[in-house]
Amino acid sequence: MSEKSEKSEKSEKFERLSVFKTYKLYVGGKFPRSESGRVYEVADSKGNWLANAPQSSRKDARDAVVAARKAFGGWSGATAYNRGQILYRIAEMLEGRKDQFVREVADAEGLSKAKAAAVVDAAIDRWVWYAGWTDKIAQVVGGGNPVAGPFFNLSSPEPTGVVVVLAPQDSSFLGLVSVIAPVIATGNTAVVIASEKSPLPALSLGEVLATSDLPGGVVNVLSGRTAEIAAPLAAHQDVNAIDLAGADEVLAKELEIAAADNLKRVLRPQPVDYSSTPGTGRLTAFLETKTVWHPTGSLGASGSSY
Amino acid sequence: MAFEYAPAPESRAVVDIAPSYGLFIDGEFTEAADGKVFKTVSPSTEEVLSEVARAGEADVDRAVSAARKAFGKWSALPGSERAKYLFRMARIIQERSRELAVLETLDNGKPIKETRDADLPLVAAHFFYYAGWADKLGHAGFGSDPRPLGVAGQVIPWNFPLLMLAWKIAPALATGNTVVLKPAETTPLSALFFADVCRQAGLPKGVVNILPGYGDAGAALVAHPDVNKVAFTGSTAVGKEIARTVAGTRKKLTLELGGKGANIVFDDAPVDQAVEGIVTGIFFNQGQVCCAGSRLLVQESIQDELLESLKRRLSTLRLGDPLDKNTDIGAINSAEQLARITALAEQGEAEGAERWSPTCELPSSGYWFAPTLFTNVTQAHTIARDEIFGPVLSVLTFRTPEEAVAKANNTQYGLSAGIWTEKGSRILAVANKLRAGVVWSNTFNKFDPTSPFGGYKESGFGREGGRHGLEAYLDV
Repeated sequence: MSEKSEKSEKSEKFERLSVFKTYKLYVGGKFPRSESGRVYEVADSKGNWLANAPQSSRKDARDAVVAARKAFGGWSGATAYNRGQILYRIAEMLEGRKDQFVREVADAEGLSKAKAAAVVDAAIDRWVWYAGWTDKIAQVVGGGNPVAGPFFNLSSPEPTGVVVVLAPQDSSFLGLVSVIAPVIATGNTAVVIASEKSPLPALSLGEVLATSDLPGGVVNVLSGRTAEIAAPLAAHQDVNAIDLAGADEVLAKELEIAAADNLKRVLRPQPVDYSSTPGTGRLTAFLETKTVWHPTGSLGASGSSY
Repeated sequence: MAFEYAPAPESRAVVDIAPSYGLFIDGEFTEAADGKVFKTVSPSTEEVLSEVARAGEADVDRAVSAARKAFGKWSALPGSERAKYLFRMARIIQERSRELAVLETLDNGKPIKETRDADLPLVAAHFFYYAGWADKLGHAGFGSDPRPLGVAGQVIPWNFPLLMLAWKIAPALATGNTVVLKPAETTPLSALFFADVCRQAGLPKGVVNILPGYGDAGAALVAHPDVNKVAFTGSTAVGKEIARTVAGTRKKLTLELGGKGANIVFDDAPVDQAVEGIVTGIFFNQGQVCCAGSRLLVQESIQDELLESLKRRLSTLRLGDPLDKNTDIGAINSAEQLARITALAEQGEAEGAERWSPTCELPSSGYWFAPTLFTNVTQAHTIARDEIFGPVLSVLTFRTPEEAVAKANNTQYGLSAGIWTEKGSRILAVANKLRAGVVWSNTFNKFDPTSPFGGYKESGFGREGGRHGLEAYLDV
C-alpha cells in the first residue's frame, strides 16, 4: 500500500525520461561508431533534431568492404533454400518491431502514422517476396543449352560478389529494403550507404539483420555523406558492382567513371516506384552466368569418347 | 618428329579480292569523307591484299544517321519477316562459306583448317540461331513485348573477324536494332564481303553499316550521342576506356575482354585427351583467343609425364602456309602483335621461367611465332598474369584441388577455365568454385550459338549467345 502511494507521488513530480538510442553503423555483424568519431545531426521532415548519426569515413567504407568480402564465400555458398529462410526470418523480425519502424519512417519521411505503417508493411512484404526468389531465379535465368554436339551444357547464375548499394535518398525504408534484398537474395554481400538525410531506418535495420541469422558482413550499413563514402567505394578494387539508386545525375556519372577502373557492374539510377511489385531486374543486375561444358560420351563405343 | 607432307594448298581462286574497298553506309560503298585509305596485308606473306577506305568521325556520323533512319521501319517489321532476312543471310553465308574461309585465312593468317571447320560453320549457325528468335522474343523471359534499343555501335577484334561480326550483328538484327560495325584495322575484308551478303539477302539499306578503320573510328562510334547500345570485344584496357566514355549516358554496354584462362589437369586425367585439350586450348588460332587456356595448372605428381607427352605432341604441330590444309599453326595477325608476344616471352625468360619450343622452321616473310611453353612459372611472373594473346603456354603446378582453385582464380580476369579429371564430383566441385564465365570440363574451346559466352571480373560483362545474348539488345 505504501509502495503504491510512493510511486504515484513520484509520477506527479516527473515525467519519465526516455532512453535515447545511440545510432551506430552495422559492419561485419558488429555495431561500431565511425572510426573518424564524427557524427552529423539527423532531423525529421520538419527540422526537429532526431539523433546524431555516425558520419562514416573512407576507412569505414574500406572496413565494410573487407567484412563483405569475408562474408561472401559463406553466404554465396549457402544453399538457396537457406538464404530464403534467412530472408524470411528478417521479415519475421521486422514484423515484431513494426512500431519502431513506423515511428522512424513517419519521422523521416513526414508521413502520417497510417501511411508510414503501410510503407513498413510493404517493406516487410518485400523481404517475403525476395525470400521466395532465392531458390527460383536459377531456373528462370539459367538452364541447359542445346548445343550442336555431344556435350552436356548448362548455364547457371552466380552472384557477382561484393556489391555497393547507394540506397534511395527519399524512400528511407521501403526503397532501402527494395535495393538490399535482391542483392543478397542471390548470394552477393552488400555495403549499403543509407539515405543521407534519413539514415535512421537503415541503421535500425542493421539491428534487425543482426538478429535474423544473417551472417555478419553480408549486409553492412554506413551512414554519412553519400558522395564522400561512395567515391572510395566506386574506386575500390575489391568491389564487384555498384547500384547507384541513391546518386543524382552528376554523382552517378562520376561514380560510373571510377567504377570502370576494375569494370564493376553498374546499375544506373532510374525512376522506380518502390510501392509496386518489382521485376527481376535488380536480381539479374548482380548475377554472372557460368556455362559448363562436358562431353556426353556415347554407349556402345569402347571407352570414353572425349 | 613431324611427318613430311606434300603441300596441300586450298585454292585462292575461289575468292576475288578487289584492289580497293569503300565504307558500307546506307547500302552503298562509299569513300571516306576525308578520302583516307589504309592497306590490309596478308600476315603470312606481308602481301598487300587490298586498299580500304578508312572511316573517320564524319563517316561515323553518316553511318549512325543511316542506321537511325533505317531503325523505324526495321524495328516495326513483324519478327517473322526480320527472321526471314536473317535466315537468308545464314544460307548465303553457307553457300559462300569456302570463299569466306579462304578470304579470312588470307586477311587474318589463321589456318584454313580453322576458318573452314570452325569459324565459318559457327558464323552461319549464329545467324541461323538468332533468326529463329526474331519472332519469339516475347517468350524469351524479357516481358511479353520487349523493345529494341535503337542503333547499336559495335567494335570487333581481329582474331575471329567474321565470327565476332556474327556474334554482334545476328542478335542485334533479330531484336530489331540497326547496326554500325567497325571491324579491326588488320582484318577489314570479311566484314566488307559480309556487306555484299547483306545486299544479296536484300536487307534494307542502312540496317547494317560497316566502317573499316582504326581506334579513332571506334572511339567516335562509341561516343556518338545517337548510339543507344555499345558492344565491344577486345582488350581490357580499351574496354575500361569505353566504360568511362559511356558513363553518365543511357547507352547500354556489353564488353567481352581479355582472359588468362586456367586449364587444370588433375592426376587422374586421361593424359592423351588432356594433352589434346591443352593444345587446343592455347594453340587454336595461334593462341590469339580471349578464352585461351594460357595457364596450364598441372598436379605435381603427373607433371613430368604430362609435359613429356605435351612436348612430344607440340613437336608434331605443323606451322606454315595458312592456306595449306595440313597447317596447324598459322601466322600471327600483325607485326604489332608479334612484337608484343615476343616482348612478353622475353620477359618470361628474364624473370626466370624456363622456355621451350619444338624445333620449328619459321617462314622468312610474314609474322610468325613458334609454339612456346614456359615451365617453372610462378604466380608472380608477368607471363602468368598478363594476357599474351599468342601461342605461349605458362605451366604452373599444384598439389591439392583447393590450391588449384585458388591459383586459377588468382587473376584479374574471369573468362574461361578447363578441368581435366575422370572424377565427376571433382569436376562439379571445381567448376562451382571457379570464377569464370565458361568452364570446359574434359574438353576446351568449344563454342555454340546456343551457349552463353562472357566473363566475370575484368573479362567484361554481358553474355553473347543463347537466350542470354538477347538481353544485350533489348530495352530491359
